[in-house]
Amino acid sequence: MAARVLMKAIHSLRSPGVVGAALSCNGHTFSSAAAAARPAAPSVDAGVNEKILNVPLTQPDYFRLSELFTVKDLFEARVHLGHKKGCRHRLMEPYLFGSRLDVDIIDLEQTADHLQRALNFTAHVAYRGGIVLFVSRRRQFAHLVERTAQECGEYAHTRYWQGGLLTNAPVQYGPGVRLPDLIVFLSTLNNVFQTHVGIRDAAKMNIPTVGIVDSNCNPSLVTYPVPGNDDTPVAMELYCRLLKMTINRAKDKRKRMELLKGI
Amino acid sequence: LTCSSGRTVTACIYSLAFPLQLLSRQICVSSAAWRKNLAAAGPEKFSEEYIKKQVEEFNIGKRHLANIMGEDPETFTQEDIDRSIAYLFPSGLFEKRARPVMKHPDLLFPKQTAVQWGEDGRPFHYMFYTGKQAYYSLMHDTFGKVLALEKYQDSMRNKGLFTKDTRQMSLTGSRWLLKEELEELLVENISDHDYTRFLQLMERLLSMPYCAMEEEFVQRFRRQLEVQSSKQEIPAVQHDENGVAFSQAEGRRKTAKASIKLRDCGTGSITINGKSYLLYFPVLQDREQLMFPLHFVDMLGRFNVEASVEGGGHCAQAGALRLAVSRALLSFVSAGEMESMRQAGLLTPDPRVKERKKPGQAGARKKFTWKKR
Repeated sequence: MAARVLMKAIHSLRSPGVVGAALSCNGHTFSSAAAAARPAAPSVDAGVNEKILNVPLTQPDYFRLSELFTVKDLFEARVHLGHKKGCRHRLMEPYLFGSRLDVDIIDLEQTADHLQRALNFTAHVAYRGGIVLFVSRRRQFAHLVERTAQECGEYAHTRYWQGGLLTNAPVQYGPGVRLPDLIVFLSTLNNVFQTHVGIRDAAKMNIPTVGIVDSNCNPSLVTYPVPGNDDTPVAMELYCRLLKMTINRAKDKRKRMELLKGI
Repeated sequence: LTCSSGRTVTACIYSLAFPLQLLSRQICVSSAAWRKNLAAAGPEKFSEEYIKKQVEEFNIGKRHLANIMGEDPETFTQEDIDRSIAYLFPSGLFEKRARPVMKHPDLLFPKQTAVQWGEDGRPFHYMFYTGKQAYYSLMHDTFGKVLALEKYQDSMRNKGLFTKDTRQMSLTGSRWLLKEELEELLVENISDHDYTRFLQLMERLLSMPYCAMEEEFVQRFRRQLEVQSSKQEIPAVQHDENGVAFSQAEGRRKTAKASIKLRDCGTGSITINGKSYLLYFPVLQDREQLMFPLHFVDMLGRFNVEASVEGGGHCAQAGALRLAVSRALLSFVSAGEMESMRQAGLLTPDPRVKERKKPGQAGARKKFTWKKR
């Protein structure tokens, strides 16, 4: 029973009211073959379904993510350290606290606020069974990011980005492929210090993005930018840990809601 | 108006006399345009149920075949199947792959990757969106092992138990997988660059001191080298009724085949196809070729040669006999002399054969007369 409701809920990720029919949103079509085999009362399930999806939207911090980190934690993980003044990107100036000995310092109060919003959004996406794709083109942290994605049950891409990955997906992977519902960039630059192609492609395909923007990155086109350091191992481990905890929390909450409402 | 090969739609506006031909355009849609573009479809995809059905049919057919041949269906192996098919459907076709064959469907149908995502659309593999999930996950696992070994090394160093002389894996007699073999293992296409990177990572894993801990993982990607026996096969010394030692050997050159019996008698007589060698080889050069191996080991008067030779011309037959005599001599000669014989080129079969004639030329190399204009 709980599994049935789960399947129905996942199928109607974007539009909670419609159940069973072939949905088409943002160019992805997913038809539920299993829906045809389920003859049980759809109206009761639809009501329960709606409640499951709408209850988290009632409160601002439903998943209590503000308990996960403090500004002091960010400071100890050296998230405030940016690059030198010469590498500074013009659009990052609002996020900088200042510079000390030519090194840009990122404003941790703004970072905390942005991070809170980004984690909240990630939690909601994971709660609704969305696909989260972790992207990072830094060789140093590729293994860490992939391991994080494996442990959350989500997906990772820390390798060479093929051009038509998002924009030409039905041709590359086969018809009926489902694209990610959220892309998390743990570093928005690629190996030649240019903006990662995935940011532009995600914007083209209407996929929201969360991105850790350092002081030499371009924060435009990222839906939820999080100004912070992306070069230190401590900082990367902090981000990975926080993301893993939010996603696991959201998924556990979802399972519990289904069991509660299912009864 | 109708086209010979299909429908025609005539878009004719005016029915005037002369300009009719200019204004009316026949949009002829021939049946060729309705047919699917077979080349663009790509290789045929077989569904899982189809292959399962084929496997069932193969198993039933195997039992029927065993009954037809009057053998036990339980112990009917693939060799028996091949034998029975060759008996029941004899084929004179030269192309082996065009002959009737009955094999297990797994061997006949190419391996394909199944659908990569579940009912809800979520892909099964966490690296699905990279495109090369099997290859990249292999790289990830290998690198994970490298990191684990480094951590183990550090812990040993902390305890003070770090030693460089640990058990090393034996890598002699094996080689790394070829690129085609790796592609087959991963069921995925990889580029040369990817393959090189994979080998570099494995070499890095092997360069670490405690790599013996990951032996079984590494051995999965190594293949045994075929043992090449480059040793000379010495023919066995036999004894006939009178107790005389003799050895038999064969030799080939161009299209000539020779087989000889070398007897340790004492006389130096040589008989070829029943005739004396003086009569069979009137040319001195051929007799020299025949004598050379015996002269080289200074055993000219010791042996009796009984030879039979067929095919080729007189030089080819002489060369074949020379090789056969050298091989037969190996059983009567020491290892050092064998080595010197090998270095003299007596034991090497001559690989030269007649080169084929090519079209557009008079012979193998001779061209037709070149005319400037």
